Parts: sequence; C-alpha cells; structure tokens
Amino acid sequence: MSTDLTLAREPEPGPAVSRRSILEAHDVHRSFGQTPALRGARLAVGTGEILAVMGPSGSGKSTLLHCLAGIYTPDQGEIRFDGQRIDELSDARRTQLRRTAFGFVFQFGQLIPELTVSDNIAMPLLLGDVRRKEAYRRAGAWLDRLGLGGLGGRRTGELSGGQAQRVAIARALAPQPKVLFADEPTGSLDSLTSETVMDLLVSTARAEGTTVVLVTHDARVAACAERTVMVRDGKVSALTEYEVAS
Amino acid sequence: MHTASVSVPLTLLGLLDREPSHGYDLKRDYDAFFGRDKPLPFGQVYSTLGRLARDGKVTVGASEPGDGPDRKRYSITDSGRTEVEAWLTEPAPPEPHLQSVLFAKVVLALMLGRDAARYLDAQRGSHLRRMRELTEMRRGGATMDVLLADYGLFHLEADLRWIDATEARLGALREMVRKP
Repeated sequence: MSTDLTLAREPEPGPAVSRRSILEAHDVHRSFGQTPALRGARLAVGTGEILAVMGPSGSGKSTLLHCLAGIYTPDQGEIRFDGQRIDELSDARRTQLRRTAFGFVFQFGQLIPELTVSDNIAMPLLLGDVRRKEAYRRAGAWLDRLGLGGLGGRRTGELSGGQAQRVAIARALAPQPKVLFADEPTGSLDSLTSETVMDLLVSTARAEGTTVVLVTHDARVAACAERTVMVRDGKVSALTEYEVAS
Repeated sequence: MHTASVSVPLTLLGLLDREPSHGYDLKRDYDAFFGRDKPLPFGQVYSTLGRLARDGKVTVGASEPGDGPDRKRYSITDSGRTEVEAWLTEPAPPEPHLQSVLFAKVVLALMLGRDAARYLDAQRGSHLRRMRELTEMRRGGATMDVLLADYGLFHLEADLRWIDATEARLGALREMVRKP
C-alpha cells in the first residue's frame, strides 16, 4: 500500500498531496569507501509522475537513482516502494522486484548486440514467463509504437544511436513496469535525436501511466519532465514545484 | 523568450521585397510570421509605410477599388531592396540578453551578504519552468511553433549553463566583491 504524502513521515521534497507517492527516500546516506555520495537524501516520487533529477557531476544523482531502484542499498536510511521498504529485502527479492516492477534505460542502450531487436525487446518478457509467441507479438507491437517497424530482424549493432535508445525504451516498457529509471538516456545522442527519443519516452510513459525517474545534466531533457529536483552535495532540493502535466 | 525585438520597418520592407502588397496584407503576413505574441497595430503599419515612402524605400500606388479602407499598393524601391539585402547579410549583434540582469543580481546579492546561491536556484527553477512550457509548445506543434520554441529553449539553456558556472565560482566572486 502506498504512503499518503500527508502522513507525518512525509519526506521532502515531494509531490503535492494530490498524488500518492510510489517511491520514497528517507534520509538516505551512501558512501563509496571514504567518499560520501549521499548525505541524508530525501525524496518522494508521485505515482505516474515524470521526475527529472539534475545535479553537477559527482553530486550523487546517479547514486540516488541506483538506491531508489534497489541496485544499491543505503548505508543508512530507508527506501520505500509502494509503501514497503526495499532496502531490507534480500538480494534475490530485490532482483525480482527490479525485474517485475522496474524498467531501466541507460546512456548507452546496453542492448545485447548478438541478438536481434525483437529478441532484445522480448527478452525481459521471456524472463518473466510470458510464452514465446506472445512475447514476440508484444515486441512487434512495441516496435511499431516506437517507430521501429521493419527493424525487428536487425542486430542491434546495426542501429543508429537514436534507434538503439528507442529499442532500449521498448525493452524497458514492454513488461509494463511501474517505474522506469532512466540515467542520462540521451547522453550519447545529438540534439534533434535526443528530442525525438525524449518525446517518445514521455508520451509512452504517460500513456502507460508509468512513473519515470530521469537523471540528466541536460536542462532540455529535464524540461520534458513534470518536476525537477537538484542533487547537490548528496542532498536533494526542489527546483520546480509540482505541476500537473497538461 | 528573451529575444531582441524585430525591426518592423525592415521586416515590412522584406515582405515587400517578396511582392508588392496592400497594408492589410502586410499586417496579416507580419502577424502570421513575426508578430505571433504581439500583432502589429494597423496604425503602426501605415505610419511605418509612410516613413518608408518618405525615405524613398517604398513607392505608394494609386488607390484601387475594392473592399476595406486601404487599397493602396506599396512597392519596394531599389534603395529599399539594398537596405533589406544589407540587413539580411549583416549578422545581428550578439545580444547578452539576460546576462547583465543576472550578473547584477548575483554581484549585488554577494555585496549585500545575501544568499546568492539561493537566488541562482530560484532563477534556475524559473528558467526550467519556462523551458517546460516551451517544450510542451514544441510537442506536436506546427513547424513555426517548434522553431520559435527551439530558439527560446536554446537561449534559456545558455543562461542555465551560465548559472551553473557562476554558482561554481561564487566563492571567488564573493572574495572579489568584498570590501577591502
């Protein structure tokens, strides 16, 4: 059950009370060796919200994303997904959660180059026990949806950067995750291709009702989100107040 | 959008360089292409055309029968065409836009012992809000809207980069503006 943001434990900065939070970071600390990356980060992400996380290099923004996604566990503090603490789960349970509830898009698509485009998109569905025929049917539908029709048989190494990122988006959204984590998803693309990829990511996530946490240093990419927070010295501050997307 | 204002006389001359036209049609074309946020008043159209005629940049034809109050056809002269050509060839001055305002606020904030970083954050938030509006305008907009939004977005992005760099240099700037 998700936490109502009007509760006393409300973390800051968070979305307005009109949306229930799906993800929360409470006073999260995380260090790498002697180097602290997060020093008491607090954040709440609303259900269906598209949130941009900005910050200078080394500010801790990627570490925050990895903690929210259950890839890193905090040294101190809590991470809650749908009201439940995930920082206390076993590695196996967190892996399962990432597979079933979260999707990921990284700067370099991290597609499997030996496989075709369709194979890459179908892969998480097959791992999630969807039958082969159905997995490839859904993969085909996602190809059409992201303007990749006719490319299903290509090896991913033959794709342009923009096409590869669209495949990565399709692969991430095909299992219908509740939250999509995107870490510099357009970092390797030129300006116009970046716009196309972001437009597709945002419109598709909105249509699916998927929550998006988007780490970027690019203000134009952040402007595609509904709200922006800034990570500075391992802490989170609000840059723009919550606004309901039109 | 933080753009320098468009020169009305030169823009009207440019439209007339395309083809002779009536005042009403000039206003319609100006509003469609250049005056989307601020339509040109009829009075300004005719006063501008009057000055251009006085300066020998346009000629005014005889009144023609037809609908509407103004049926005079305006044509560009060689002198006017030369001016349009020169204007189009000459790069516009690289206007500093907001820089002077932002710079003055940061320096004053530091001089007065205020929290300059907080001001920069507020400005960053304000810029991002405007960028989000322009991004929404771009999304699914006509090509003209996309181009106008792009112009604003790139300029705001440049301001944001300046804000980031200034924030990183606040310590040095504080030392510099501190009274000896």
